Amino acid sequence: MIDVLLLAQESTGFFPTFLQTLIKGLALGSIYAVMGIGFVIVFKGTQVLNFAAGGIAMAGALFMSILVNDAGLPFLPFSNPLAPEIGTTPSIPRWLINLVLALIIAAILGMVLERIAIRPMIGQPLFSMAVITLGIETALGPFNRDATSLTARSLQIPWGLEQWEFLGAGIPKSYVGAMVAAVLCFLSINLFFRSRFGVAMRAVAFDQEAAQAQGINVGRVFSIAWGLGAALVAVGAIFYGMGPFPPQGTVSQEIHPVLAFRVLPVIILGGLDSIPGALYGGLLIASAEVFAGQYLAQWTSVLGAGYSTIVPYIVMLIVLLVRPYGLFGSEEIRRV
Amino acid sequence: MLEISNLEVVYNEVALVLRGLSIEVPDGSVVALLGSNGAGKTTTARATTGLLDNHEGKSTKGTIMWNGQDITHMKPSSIVRAGISQVMEGRRCFGELTVDENLATGAFTNKDGAKRNYDRVMELFPRLLERRKQLAGYMSGGEQQMLAIGRAMMAEPKLMILDEPSLGLAPLLVQQVRDVISLINSEGTSILLIEQNAMMALSIADFGYIMENGKIVMDGEGQKLLADDDVKEFYLGLHGDESGERKSFRDVKHYKRRKKWAS
Repeated sequence: MIDVLLLAQESTGFFPTFLQTLIKGLALGSIYAVMGIGFVIVFKGTQVLNFAAGGIAMAGALFMSILVNDAGLPFLPFSNPLAPEIGTTPSIPRWLINLVLALIIAAILGMVLERIAIRPMIGQPLFSMAVITLGIETALGPFNRDATSLTARSLQIPWGLEQWEFLGAGIPKSYVGAMVAAVLCFLSINLFFRSRFGVAMRAVAFDQEAAQAQGINVGRVFSIAWGLGAALVAVGAIFYGMGPFPPQGTVSQEIHPVLAFRVLPVIILGGLDSIPGALYGGLLIASAEVFAGQYLAQWTSVLGAGYSTIVPYIVMLIVLLVRPYGLFGSEEIRRV
Repeated sequence: MLEISNLEVVYNEVALVLRGLSIEVPDGSVVALLGSNGAGKTTTARATTGLLDNHEGKSTKGTIMWNGQDITHMKPSSIVRAGISQVMEGRRCFGELTVDENLATGAFTNKDGAKRNYDRVMELFPRLLERRKQLAGYMSGGEQQMLAIGRAMMAEPKLMILDEPSLGLAPLLVQQVRDVISLINSEGTSILLIEQNAMMALSIADFGYIMENGKIVMDGEGQKLLADDDVKEFYLGLHGDESGERKSFRDVKHYKRRKKWAS
């Protein structure tokens, strides 16, 4: 099912094809990087590898589709006043406002999950906490599948499948959107880490007890880490749902829930606790995936259909053989 | 004023570490808490600042009162807000953060006074000013101790608890730390000084307590304790009958002398 993404593109000449592939790699890399940062921030703040990211990402994308599609919100008696007219595609500003709303809801979901499932586990072995996140993932499954099944799942992308022509190559606007989103996320996370709570989060990551002794409220730091992490994976999922990627402008029941797991090689490659690692890892892995899909297509009969989805894991394997703690991770990273 | 009365602390629900400890730290004074390894000094510091949870510890009996308020079971962040800061044993600077960021974590509960306290810390430790953009993990032990003290000062505490500030420092640096502690005290902060270095601690303490096996076995004014024969023998390593001169190890018959408090 994922092969659609990786089908060789219509080629019109070497350079345009190359450029198109490169842009696609960068766009997919941006999405991986944003989701990777979502993992990293949870790991940095709470030392937990968040296996619930898939469910949270899917839920975030669903919130978005609900907000932009239907005036009525599920479970709630009132409707979304900012929703576009029924049957119309929203204008860009209105779509962005709804995007922000969806991210806020995703962040609240992350904070609630942290409060009910992770907070009581503070001080328990990290392995149990990682398994708890797997449990959250499973619990979010039915919510994602059934509770919202009555709502259409289009993301109502204002620019649809439009693309710009550039040097003979077609550059979809969605790809550029994903890159802009990734740059904005990366910059704001860097700013956040210099802020009061960001410094507190890094202090908690380094030495939780000493951070407590400074009067830092560790629970609140955990909560912020999960909120930010949830919002970031939701950004990734929403932008993945756009345009020429396989879901074709919708939230997909098949593709979205596993999307976060495709990001695992990215953060393991970049180093679990490194924000730049997630960025470079995302770009590297996605480029490898997209380029392999484009340029090895003639050997599909030998390699098997969908071979490019395993390229990230091959890259990860090779890197881990040489640097077990990832390209940018700290050497004494803890076991998960 | 800090008043700990009859405090009992249990680790892992079995190991009784404090057995009815009672101490007082009056406002504006320096109080020394001495004792050998395992006496329960660090546990006392943890209990006072609410950090027992991290070590599966619990205070089962007794109370810790701070200016009339019961803080025995309060959260660490509330205790810091109430005006008690701890400089932890082993310095515990955030190695991956710069000096400035370390100080910023200290100001987490007190952001209004951050600028003023920052200037005060930098005035006291010019060395930190030179290194303000450097990662704390790359600094020497002495500099890290200064940073840890400075970080605690950022919260502008009314009581500062220092756990073994002389640990692992050269004698000259120990003196410097001692002077800094007196200076902080002279600006109105009470000090609870937990030490193995009894000579250093008692030389600036108004009052001292000696702990063994989780309770106080002896207390008194700093100078009085310094002059006490038992304290001299067991904590200062002096064996002189009158002048404090050293004895040959051959003459030491440790079993002959019995601590007067061990009945």
